[in-house]
Amino acid sequence: MAKLLKPAQAGTLESGDIMVTIVPAGAGAGVSIDLESIVLLQYGPAIQRTVEEVFKTAGIEDATIRLVDRGALDCTIRARLKAAIFRAGASEGGEHNA
Amino acid sequence: MLEFMRSLLFVPGNNPGMVQNAAVFGSDAVILDLEDAVSLQEKDTARFLVVEALQTVDYHKCGIVVRINPLEYNGGADIAAVVPAAPDALLVPKVQSAADIQAVAAQVSAHEKPGQPEVKIIALIETPRGLAEAYAIASADKRVIALALGAEDYTAALGAKRTRDGLEILGARTTLLNAAAAAGIPAIDTPFTDINDEEGLRKDLALAKQLGFKGKLSIHPRQIEIIHEELNPSKEEIRWAERVVAVIRQAEQDGVGAISLDGKMIDAPIVLRARQVLKVADVLQGREV
Repeated sequence: MAKLLKPAQAGTLESGDIMVTIVPAGAGAGVSIDLESIVLLQYGPAIQRTVEEVFKTAGIEDATIRLVDRGALDCTIRARLKAAIFRAGASEGGEHNA
Repeated sequence: MLEFMRSLLFVPGNNPGMVQNAAVFGSDAVILDLEDAVSLQEKDTARFLVVEALQTVDYHKCGIVVRINPLEYNGGADIAAVVPAAPDALLVPKVQSAADIQAVAAQVSAHEKPGQPEVKIIALIETPRGLAEAYAIASADKRVIALALGAEDYTAALGAKRTRDGLEILGARTTLLNAAAAAGIPAIDTPFTDINDEEGLRKDLALAKQLGFKGKLSIHPRQIEIIHEELNPSKEEIRWAERVVAVIRQAEQDGVGAISLDGKMIDAPIVLRARQVLKVADVLQGREV
């Protein structure tokens, strides 16, 4: 199990990108996701699943996540989530392929 | 796959739209850039984005090259992240010596996964010292498949002004070409940086082709079609090459030694050049160029 050490952000608000903000949460709080997306109706559940999967793989069980999506592809969402986790001090730089 | 390297298009490594659409412009290769196109504070996010793109985006026939940062500027982190995601090659900037290449090659080797295709290296020569060491660099490791010229940094180091006709880099171009040829690999020309000057680009390409460059770095999608038009063998070149090969076949059948075509002696280097032209023409046939 990994732990977020500090708040962090990755991504932009440009078209095709997603801004990810993550904040550490107390033990047992779980992962809460606040998603704003231009394609929320169609892709909201898929984005949610991607977020949960990336956090599960990273071993993070407690976090508050805010996402502002501008139509990012799944690979971009994963990249921004992993970058934010890295910046929050919960992963090493070499874990890009996890 | 790096079947051809006529055109290599730089794409900023932290721009999702450009990274995922990089192949649509028809370049032979795209260069996902982690170096100059990415600000210092976004190096980490760009690295994650490029790795995810390498693992998921279908670049079809387009070769995938990643420009890493120099080793002294955390290029090792780029190698560790990118190499397992299997790009075709790394473009290594500001190479100054054979030792620079060997250091990169050792790290690449350490991070390749078992069974993945060997990640090649294109050495970007953009300093006077790098140019002075060009042959040693080109022959430093079997992964090195091309030398490329970066003229902006080079002329800045010389204190020379970059001009449209490029006279100030003529010596660098020929030196790089000779070093690459001596090592048996192609040379790739520096980008033409005025994206609105089509005539200037065509002139620059004509000179590059005349000197012996096989490809050109590009900084804008609109340059790709022009690069291909200028670097592809012309109809006249292909016709000439076909005639050379036909004449040489006939001479072999007849057991004749010295032969000529249109009054000019045909010897081994001429035949080699003709065969190279036909090889390129053959591969391009049926392929969208």
